[in-house]
This record gives sequence, C-alpha cells and structure tokens, in this order.
Amino acid sequence: MISANLSAIFYLISGVLFILALRGLSSPETSRQGNLFGISGMIIAVTVTFLLIGNFSTGFIFVLIFILIGGLIGAFIAYRIPMTAMPELVAGFHSLVGLAAVFVAISAFLNPEAFNLGTKGNIKLGSLIEMSIGAAVGAITFSGSIIAFLKLQGIMSGSPIVFKGQHPLNAIILISIVVLIYLLCASQSSNLFWILLAVSFLIGFLLIIPIGGADMPVVISMLNSYSGWAAAGIGFTLENTALIITGALVGSSGAILSYIMCKGMNRSFFNVILGGFGATDISSSSANKEQRPVKSGNADDAAFLMKNASSVIIVPGYGMAVAQAQHALREMVDTLKKNDIKVSYAIHPVAGRMPGHMNVLLAEANVPYDEVFELEEINNDFANADVAFVIGANDVTNPVAKTDPQSPIYGMPVLDVEKCKSVLFVKRSLSPGYAGIDNDLFYKENTLMLFADAKKMTEDITKNL
Amino acid sequence: MEIDPLIFRLSIFILSIFVGYYVVWSVTPSLHTPLMSVTNAISSVIIVGAIIAGLSGNSDTIFNTSSTFGFLAIALAAINIFGGFLVTQRMLAMYKKKKKDK
Repeated sequence: MISANLSAIFYLISGVLFILALRGLSSPETSRQGNLFGISGMIIAVTVTFLLIGNFSTGFIFVLIFILIGGLIGAFIAYRIPMTAMPELVAGFHSLVGLAAVFVAISAFLNPEAFNLGTKGNIKLGSLIEMSIGAAVGAITFSGSIIAFLKLQGIMSGSPIVFKGQHPLNAIILISIVVLIYLLCASQSSNLFWILLAVSFLIGFLLIIPIGGADMPVVISMLNSYSGWAAAGIGFTLENTALIITGALVGSSGAILSYIMCKGMNRSFFNVILGGFGATDISSSSANKEQRPVKSGNADDAAFLMKNASSVIIVPGYGMAVAQAQHALREMVDTLKKNDIKVSYAIHPVAGRMPGHMNVLLAEANVPYDEVFELEEINNDFANADVAFVIGANDVTNPVAKTDPQSPIYGMPVLDVEKCKSVLFVKRSLSPGYAGIDNDLFYKENTLMLFADAKKMTEDITKNL
Repeated sequence: MEIDPLIFRLSIFILSIFVGYYVVWSVTPSLHTPLMSVTNAISSVIIVGAIIAGLSGNSDTIFNTSSTFGFLAIALAAINIFGGFLVTQRMLAMYKKKKKDK
C-alpha cells in the first residue's frame, strides 16, 4: 500500500517519539506528556506496518484478535497490580520482550522469504548473524527475567544459589554460544539454531541464580538493558529503524541504571554479576561481635520524641514495601505537619528492589514529590534535623561504611542518619541486613529501636501523637 | 563503490546509543521506576516484526509453524505494550506537587 521509503520515514518518526517519551521523564510535570509521545510512536509503528504489508485478509483479522487478547491481559495487569509489586511486574514484562524476540527470530529463521532475508537454508549471512544474536540475547533475557521474577515474588528464595565450578561453567557456556553462532552461520543448520536457543535459555537461568535479593535493582536494570539489545538485534534483521533506535535507547537506559545502582552500593558491576554477595560474609563478620546493649522503646516514646522535634527526616527502605506501610507513614507525617513539624524524606539510590521503588510507593501514598530527596540533596540536613525515622532500611544507614575499611560495604555511600539528634529505627529484630553485617547505628547512644511491624508501629505512633 | 545499507543502520544504532545515554542521564531518579516500565513498553515495538511474521502465511494456511510463532509474539508484545504504557500512566498520575495551601 505504501512504499518502503515512506514507511521507513514513519518508522524514523516513531523512533523520535520514543526518544521524546524518555526525555519527558526528566521531570514529573513533563512525564505524562512524554508517555503520550510514546503511545503515539507505537500507534504509528503498528499502523505503518499494516499499510506496508497491505494484506487485509483473514490473517489480518487474526493479528487484531491476538493484539486484542494481549492488550486485554496487559491492561488488566496494569490496573490490578499493587504498586508494591512493581519490581516483579517489570521483571515479568522483561521476560515477555525476551520471549517475543525469540519467537520473531524463530519465525524469521523458518520462513526467511517473508522477511526478504533469502531462502530457507540459504539465509543472508548478515541477517543470520543478527538474527542469532537477537535470539540468543532474547532467550537470556527471558530465562533470566523469569528467575528474577520468581526471586522477587518470593516463590524462589532470595538468597544466592552458589555451587562449585559455577563461574567456569558459565564461562564455558558463554563461549559455546559464540561458537554455536559461528557454526550456525557456516552451516545454516536448523538443529544448531535450536541448540543455540536451548543453551541461551540455560545460561540466562544460571547467570541470575547466584545473585541475591537485594542486588535485584542491578539485575532488573541489566535485564532491561538486555531486552533492548535483543530488540536491536531483531531490528537489524528486519532492517527496521524504529526497532534499532528503540533497542539502542532501552539498551543504554538499562546500562545506565545498572551503573547508578552499582555506584549506590560501591560495588563493581562484575562483583554484582558474579553473585554470592551476602551468602559468604555472614559468618565471618557477625561471629566476632559480642552482644551489645541497645535501647528499645515503644510507640509512646517515639511519639514523644517526634512531638518535641522541629524537623524530622524519614528514611524508607524495602521493609516499608514489605509491610505496605507507606499509607500509614503518610498519615503519621500529616499529623506531624499539623503540629508544625518540618518533614522530608531521604531516599538512598538502592533502597528497595528496583530503581526508584521508594519514590513510586511514596507517590502512591500521596506524598508530594518535592518533599522527597535523593541522597546527595539531603545528606547534609541530617546534622540539623532532630529526629530521623528509619523505616525498613538498614544497610544504607550503616555508618560502618564510612569507618571500617574491613567491612564488605566500606565505601558505599550511606545516609548520615547518625548525625541526627535522635534516631528512631523501626525494625522487627536486631538481625543483620542483606550485607550480613551488624549495623552500628543500633547501638548508638541516641538510637531508639522500635521492634515491631513497620505498619503497625507507624499507626500506633500516629495514635499517640 | 556503494556503501552497504548495513553501515547506515549501524550509524543510526550507534548514534541512538549516544542519544539514549544523554537522555537517560537527564531522567530524574525519582522517575526511574516509570522509566523502566516505559522502556519496557517501547521495546515491544518488536511487535512490528511479529506482525510481519504473523502475516507471512498464505491465504490457505494462515497458521503454519512460522506464522504461529509470529502470532504468539504479537500477543506477548501486546501484553507489554498495553501493560507497560498503562502502568506507566498510572504511576505518573500519582506524582503530585505539594498543594499551595499547605
């Protein structure tokens, strides 16, 4: 119906709209408009594809039916999912992108004529390379995301699964993928194509199982990046500009997020990817610590401290998400504000299970985003604040990161919570956090431990205010 | 000598990586979760390939092995497109500024 040149221009336009969609996210005001750009880009890309093929027969009806089925499922999930389950949802979505890339690659391999890639058993070399890379990366994204999903959902234990010879095994498999792609291109054998897919699924699985729950922010960002590279690989195969641009955008976006997350933990990307963190360090670091006295209090004490404060800084962490305490927290803050107490929120880059996790939860609880600050913006304010209210966070407040070069988290940027006049620490027990190390903050003179479920404690404090 | 079109596509790819790099660094950290869900949605533009695959059968056999994979990919990508954009919309609607009267 329309010429290939015209359609290429429209694909370019939709690629540009996707760039604008990401650009919009530079501030919450422009973000909603950005999302509309993204949606229009998608509508253009799909419409142009229909016009380009120009086949409006029975097959077209089926395409619409499948879009409708998928769309309904997607819309249903989007409206029903609780905000606390966002990390699982994103991991699940990544797996679908990966699987879709694999399916498109399989389809193109079985029927290259439809894609103008040559004939079966004689696919153009360049296309075959692009296709097999896209398929392999897609398969890794799929199985990796499934594991990430299971770990986040709690179906699979969040603790790292390590075994002897793990890294050499992974290295051998990764090398074998490269060899398989080479052999596949040389022989065009479909058996090798299936083996390549199987091996790629396997390595995606093996790469993620040794990585622990709290490292999931890095894993999700990394898989986000992979899904982009898989899309780009397929984009090269299909010679489609929209797909190439999008793949590159998503690929670099995920890579940057992984970098930010790693920096937030002061660990190298490889240290995270090789996994096992927190599994091996527990015994060594907690054995040499004797029991030290802690001060613990109840909701009444906490309410008293906060009532007499003039400024309070809230430090939320993953525990807040688990306890679903964000609404109760906001109610407490509303009461504090009525008493003319200044309240702000401090978010560590790796708080929660995915980048920006805490921000979304606070936004859900109607906390205005201009009361929520990043680590660098707020860290100097702790010294002037009266009370720090730590709810569900642990390692990100540990002063050991600044003082003890032996500690596994040494050098990690932490919130200077201990500089506050007093610290209220809501936690269920004294158990160490993810890094497996004791938090010095528990034993400080000015720390009051509140041993309870985060939501329950917050509600009790509100009653006592 | 003609330049291989692959080189042009490679140029677009490399330049887009740079565009992505600068655009994503300017994203405010508080919107990193919506960023992930929206990148999810847009990477599902892979549905374009899925549609070509789905329509690759002829009028007698709409469902051959190749096109069946295409149709499955269409459904998967559609879940992502609708789910991704709608959940992003839902999240972004929650980000509010402080009310003036407070």
